Amino acid sequence: MSTPDPSHVPDHDSVYDGLLGGDDSHWAFGTDFEDPLAGVDTTVPDGVDHRDLATYCLMLGDDALVLSQRLSQWCSNAPDLEEDIALANIALDLLGQARLLLARAAAADPTVVPALPEGSPAPPEDALAFFRDDRDFRNVRLVESDNGDFAVTMARLLLFSTWRLALFQRLTDSRDHVLSAVAAKGVKEMTYHRDYAARWFLTLARGTEESRRRLVSGLSATWPLRAELFSAHDVEVRVARAGVGVDPSTVADEVDVLLEQVFASSGIDRPEVAPLAGVQRRTGRDGLHTEAFSLLLAELQVVARAHPMGTW
Amino acid sequence: MSEAVSGEWPLYEVFVRGKRGLNHVHVGSLHAADDEMAIRHARDVYTRRNEGVSIWVVRSSDVTASSPDEKDPLFAPSGDKVYRHPTFYEIPDNVPHM
Repeated sequence: MSTPDPSHVPDHDSVYDGLLGGDDSHWAFGTDFEDPLAGVDTTVPDGVDHRDLATYCLMLGDDALVLSQRLSQWCSNAPDLEEDIALANIALDLLGQARLLLARAAAADPTVVPALPEGSPAPPEDALAFFRDDRDFRNVRLVESDNGDFAVTMARLLLFSTWRLALFQRLTDSRDHVLSAVAAKGVKEMTYHRDYAARWFLTLARGTEESRRRLVSGLSATWPLRAELFSAHDVEVRVARAGVGVDPSTVADEVDVLLEQVFASSGIDRPEVAPLAGVQRRTGRDGLHTEAFSLLLAELQVVARAHPMGTW
Repeated sequence: MSEAVSGEWPLYEVFVRGKRGLNHVHVGSLHAADDEMAIRHARDVYTRRNEGVSIWVVRSSDVTASSPDEKDPLFAPSGDKVYRHPTFYEIPDNVPHM
């Protein structure tokens, strides 16, 4: 009869033993990077222009990629360790969306992918992210503007996530299987982003005089870039008509109602600031960007461009 | 809000139940302004690698802990009571969670 060894209590050897199942299935995205669209039917639905579909995927993908890059700049600079990780998580969610959407763009129309030196190991989605020039990026200008302080970042995230969540909820009905799958995955992610941003919006608005002052000024700094979110580009109108995309002007009312709720509970007035004009009516969706974007893009792309044959 | 703003958020202890776990396990602690924010912070800090399906948070100040000074009276008496362990039984293979 042996006495049980009191020093060996399996449940408490490592707190994570009880959480992880001992196999790889707990890794949400697997343990390896592979073709992001592996096993997915990438046939372009009938009656859809390949170029339009690719451009539309670039628009949605670039929105996510650029905001992801911006949010990543908070890494090690957020007000608290907990917020630092929260912002990095949101950035990673968006990066995941960007990867799928850029891969979809490349699959729909390979001519959108920049040519790389013979034998470069960069997959198409990387070529699109790291080797396109600023004029080829189709993101809205809201996502490229500087982070400002935490309040500016929260105001921008609230405007962005309410809008993108509404878009993606409709996009789940897309005739394109890839887009509807990307949207279904994104809806869960962005529901959290919106909740996170709205909670902080309320907290800052109802916090101290200083936090409220910063929030009000952050919101009016961001507001001029909001109109662009709801103005439909020709490509968006065409893909919406073809049943694969969403015309962003159709979600304007729904997003407005939501924002009004957040404003009302925060005791914040809707800003009265004129929208930022385009140049000859061209805006982010046309590839026309602000100066802040060039700096962001340089930082994003410099390493990959210096080593086009690099393996990461 | 007019109360004085303290420099530090209160500390919370975080318990997570894994997918196949049967009970919540203490995984660490974090700072948050209130209970709801603590849940969200716990989600971000402790479940970002797919570790959990349920989270409990509790203010650290609400935890009553035993003191190291009481170690002997509390725990030493059970050290030599070998008959309290159910090792004298044969447990059939098909009895789970033992």
